Amino acid sequence: MQLNFDDERPIFIQIAEQIEDAILSGAFPEESQIPSTTEISVSYKINPATALKGISILVDSGIVYKKRGLGMFVAEGAVEKLRNKRKDEFYENYVSKLVREAKRLNFSKEDIISMVERGFEE
Amino acid sequence: MKCLSVDNVTKRFGDITALSGINLDFYENKIYGLLGRNGAGKSTLLNIITGRLFADEGSVTLDGTPVIENEKNLSRIFMMSENNYYPESMKVSEAFGWTKEFYPSFDMERAYDLSERFGLSPNKKLKSLSTGYSSIFKLITALSTNAPYILLDEPVLGLDANHRDLFYKVLIEVYSENPATFIISTHLIEEVSDIVEGVVVIDAGRIICNESRESLLSRYCCITGAVSAVDAFVQDKKVIASETLGGLKNAYIEGTVVKGSLPEGLNISGIDLQKLFILLTNKGGRKQ
Repeated sequence: MQLNFDDERPIFIQIAEQIEDAILSGAFPEESQIPSTTEISVSYKINPATALKGISILVDSGIVYKKRGLGMFVAEGAVEKLRNKRKDEFYENYVSKLVREAKRLNFSKEDIISMVERGFEE
Repeated sequence: MKCLSVDNVTKRFGDITALSGINLDFYENKIYGLLGRNGAGKSTLLNIITGRLFADEGSVTLDGTPVIENEKNLSRIFMMSENNYYPESMKVSEAFGWTKEFYPSFDMERAYDLSERFGLSPNKKLKSLSTGYSSIFKLITALSTNAPYILLDEPVLGLDANHRDLFYKVLIEVYSENPATFIISTHLIEEVSDIVEGVVVIDAGRIICNESRESLLSRYCCITGAVSAVDAFVQDKKVIASETLGGLKNAYIEGTVVKGSLPEGLNISGIDLQKLFILLTNKGGRKQ
């Protein structure tokens, strides 16, 4: 995991996203333990309160849960949940921008679809 | 709430006012960065908090009771500074023992463990330590006291990059294990930027900023783009500084800008703590 401290977004959001990425990639499988707040804050050299805030986002959205006395674990169904969330973000971040730019440049829907197909073939 | 309070403290040295009407509260179990340019008054402030210097006006209290001439309160505050207060011929191990006399909660096991991790030999005499290891000795002492308020004045002076890295990690480990209030005065702002929770900026003896790092950084941003476009966009905004490079301009502004409201061709980015510090303390150069 690597944080990008030049990113304008707050660090706690980046921490949450990094853990999400690790869950999506299978590095932290469902029902496995994720690093503790202390481990995260020591390895990134960030305030423990910041690390805790990042993990809290994941707890609130049901991605990870706390096992009393043991630590934080990846929830069952977390991967599916994250994939749906990322799908919405994908539309916002990429598709709507793509369509807007295509309209501005007078590209047709067919042009775009064939470009997307080309992208998948390459 | 439990806190270390500095109330209306003023300190003069002859004609020079080193500190002027300082009001600050350091809350329990938080990490603060005390930032200021050379001669801004950081060390003077820390020395007043620990009773090594007396304020001309104002007072310092811990949970409501004065710190000065109060053994109990003084033993709850530990300060690491550039000066060495131990006899030069003392060994590192003896100095640890000595510190335990004044700070009964001093964790000897941790002190030896940290000495090993930093490669500091407990048998060495203090006078034979290099500048870097002298700092390391003082850091280890500070991190082992378990005092509820630990003040670190330029803690990484003379430390190489590896030792600085280790120090920041150890600081977070100790803080996670035994939460305490840390006040870190340093010039290496980039290195502590993500560790500190509160930011206090002192400039020419006055506090010019005292808030959480997160809220401070969220109040400022940088707009980049063609000179004319940037100028048009920022004309009704509070610009604290700007730079141009050919036809390109960076305008640093105070206030939030909604990304969607930005005209085509302009970019918005955050300002990091070090850059913001430079912008806030640069006005009119350095007065002496």
